[in-house]
Amino acid sequence: MSDTTNSAATKAGGKDGINLLRLILEGRAFFALIVIIITFSILSENYATVSNFLIMANHVAIFGLLAIGMLLVILNGGIDLSVGSVLGLTGVFAGYLMQGIELEALGVILYLPVWAVVVLTIALGAFVGLVNGVLIAYFNVPAFVATLGSLYMTRGAALLMTNGLTFNNLSGDPLHGNTGFDWLGFNRLGGVPIGVIVLAVVAILAAVLLARTAFGRWLYSSGGNERAAELAGVPVKFVKIVVYVLSGSCAAIAGLVLSSQLTSAGPTAGFTYELTAIAAVVVGGASLMGGRGTVLGTLLGAFVIGFLSDGLVIIGVSSYWQTVFTGAVIVLAVMINSIQYRGKKKT
Amino acid sequence: MSYDPAGTEQPTNDGVVFAARNVAKSFGAVHALKGVNFDIRAGQVTTLFGENGAGKSTLMKILSGVQAPTSGELILDGEPVQFNSTVEARNAGISIIHQELSLSPNTNVRDNIFMGREITGPMGVNFAEEERQTRDLMRELEEDIDPLTKVEDLRLGQQQIVEIARALSVNSRILIMDEPTSALSASEVDVLFKVIRDLKYRGVSIVYISHHLEEALTITDHAVVLRDGVVTAKAPRPEIDLEWIVRNMVGDNFDLGTPPDGYDFGTPSLELKGLTVPADSGSGDAVSKLDLSAKAGEIVCIYGLMGAGRTEMMECVAGRLKASAGEILLHGQDVSKLGIAERIAAGLVLVPEDRQRDGLVQTMTVGRNLSLASILNFSRGFLTNSRLEADIIDRSIKEVTVKTDGPGAAIGSLSGGNQQKVVIGKMLATGPSVMLLDEPLRGIDVGAKAEVFRILSDHAQKGMTVIYSTSEVGECLAIAHRIIVMRRGRIAAELPHDTSKEAIMAASGESVVA
Repeated sequence: MSDTTNSAATKAGGKDGINLLRLILEGRAFFALIVIIITFSILSENYATVSNFLIMANHVAIFGLLAIGMLLVILNGGIDLSVGSVLGLTGVFAGYLMQGIELEALGVILYLPVWAVVVLTIALGAFVGLVNGVLIAYFNVPAFVATLGSLYMTRGAALLMTNGLTFNNLSGDPLHGNTGFDWLGFNRLGGVPIGVIVLAVVAILAAVLLARTAFGRWLYSSGGNERAAELAGVPVKFVKIVVYVLSGSCAAIAGLVLSSQLTSAGPTAGFTYELTAIAAVVVGGASLMGGRGTVLGTLLGAFVIGFLSDGLVIIGVSSYWQTVFTGAVIVLAVMINSIQYRGKKKT
Repeated sequence: MSYDPAGTEQPTNDGVVFAARNVAKSFGAVHALKGVNFDIRAGQVTTLFGENGAGKSTLMKILSGVQAPTSGELILDGEPVQFNSTVEARNAGISIIHQELSLSPNTNVRDNIFMGREITGPMGVNFAEEERQTRDLMRELEEDIDPLTKVEDLRLGQQQIVEIARALSVNSRILIMDEPTSALSASEVDVLFKVIRDLKYRGVSIVYISHHLEEALTITDHAVVLRDGVVTAKAPRPEIDLEWIVRNMVGDNFDLGTPPDGYDFGTPSLELKGLTVPADSGSGDAVSKLDLSAKAGEIVCIYGLMGAGRTEMMECVAGRLKASAGEILLHGQDVSKLGIAERIAAGLVLVPEDRQRDGLVQTMTVGRNLSLASILNFSRGFLTNSRLEADIIDRSIKEVTVKTDGPGAAIGSLSGGNQQKVVIGKMLATGPSVMLLDEPLRGIDVGAKAEVFRILSDHAQKGMTVIYSTSEVGECLAIAHRIIVMRRGRIAAELPHDTSKEAIMAASGESVVA
């Protein structure tokens, strides 16, 4: 009922006002990013330099990877709280594999090549996602609860694997033929950090998946109205499981990039990152009810949050204030979201 | 208010306490009410008749302050009034009892009656006083309901009495009841009607809405018939009978057409053998041991009241509900083990009853809703082909004549009838050989109804089997080659297309006054 009143009030605003308002609403993450860049460029001459942008983009890569996985889940009308913990666990797991696996029975230590470490780590992330997805799709556990459970369990597993300690030497050893892990975090292609390139590749794949495949259409429709999608022949349970598997895989990729950037893997890495990822998706204009959102929006959302917090660091604002600012941006974004989608909701 | 225990007072034109004058209500392009005049007389029951989508609910919502009219005014005791909320209407003495009761099941009767307006004293809520008043109310209603019983432990009929008691406790003079008997047993209906008569003698005016015409006739003093947002007839009880109501509800001249003829049916395309579907509640069967066979090109109507098991039967055939026994044969092949998508691929599709909940994806455009069921038909390898998709969408829009700004328009911008055509077009795009439609004309305008019938006739002539479920007799006679009447999960009768309305209604359990 309040919906009717509000949309009526919006309509009363006049045509020109609406178009400008709509433009700002639709492109709000983009405009916010421009405002952030201009503001900080004025406040600090070091902000708007190519090298700083690349450094900041490298930071954004971690959140961006998590946010793209999160977007798929949120489009489905779900939520994945486990991604931060999965990032931590997969980082530790990669570190564990790099240290060499002691096979006591054979009395040898097995060193896997880096590509195998990467594949196994992503498989672990996908497995956690699979468990989430099956719990949610087949056992009707609410997504919030299922992924909250795996948030605790994966974090616990990471702590158990390392006894709370950190794997420090991830560079590998030429003797064991497993060097190159730090390539992900440190090297650059054409001046662009590998982490950013990984993000770009994942983003393009996700964008194609959403826009140009049957799966993308299934995802948007089952997130918009699961019952209608099911009756139209969409395999809604399959879609649901796959989005959690993809989200877990994205978290594992983020875990690899982060531990490579740090050349160490600690069990507490990625703590509360799931919240930042959700924030990026929401700032990017996706609806938490499902069915609405784009990869481009989510990327912009991740850049808004990343560039804002890095900017605050550069101009020397206390990290406590960063938290306050980030929170304010998120609330503002959700508020604008609900205004935007209320008008479109069918009453 | 004069007290008339014998109830002999004849309805007159005087004593109008609450009235709607030229009330119109539009939702976007949809005109739900077009200048309606409606009178409520003191101490009398005014019944509002009308088919689904005629505007009954909208009128009730306006009278009870849920919605404001687009134009027109409400007159209470001769003075124009305006309600901005149900609370304002309630304070003016107007209460509504919705079809779905608005009680809180986990709390007791007393707390429900005083919900939101608790009697407070220095020690917080004065439960003793609330309980005393509740007992008084129940005594007045001659109902033996303990104020401390939890509402969820009461039978549905008793819950309704609690709703009425709550309305009385705020001194309501006008009580609007929307389908109050739809979920009640016969004995509970008797109790409710006794309460309604008591209320009349106390001067309370009742507005009554029901689909059970027969039942409504026994309680009403005045009848008002609404059709497509316009009042088509009004008269006091002595001047009317069931035939009068049906005629005014459906319309004299309006004819939805006749079933397509001039061609022969093919071989049986859908056969149900002993189909049994367990009821949602867990006790008993919604559909029990149902046998049905329909040929290619045939249009079969399944007529039945609410709860006859039509929806369950259709959802089971389409694959959403599991059968506990029986076979579903599509062209001789058993499809009962297949999923929904596989049944669609095999040519068996359902147009669901509730298009908002089950038919449309509101977040997607008209075009994407139309192409939703045939995504794999325009996918090549992993990728979708936008040119093939555009072809499918264009063809569908033309075929089912959707009035839209284009494939990119929001689905919510369409009228109800066009939305329904999108749901039908979506399933037609998959090239089905058997189409099930559950109440497809509900809540759509007359023009759209005729177009839906044209679409179905066209496809039947091309060999598609149509299984059509409805609770409107007129629809059966206008479209069906064969009418099957369902009652409590079983087939009560099978009638030819040239049967009468009375025969259909009699078989369904609705008795018809001579």
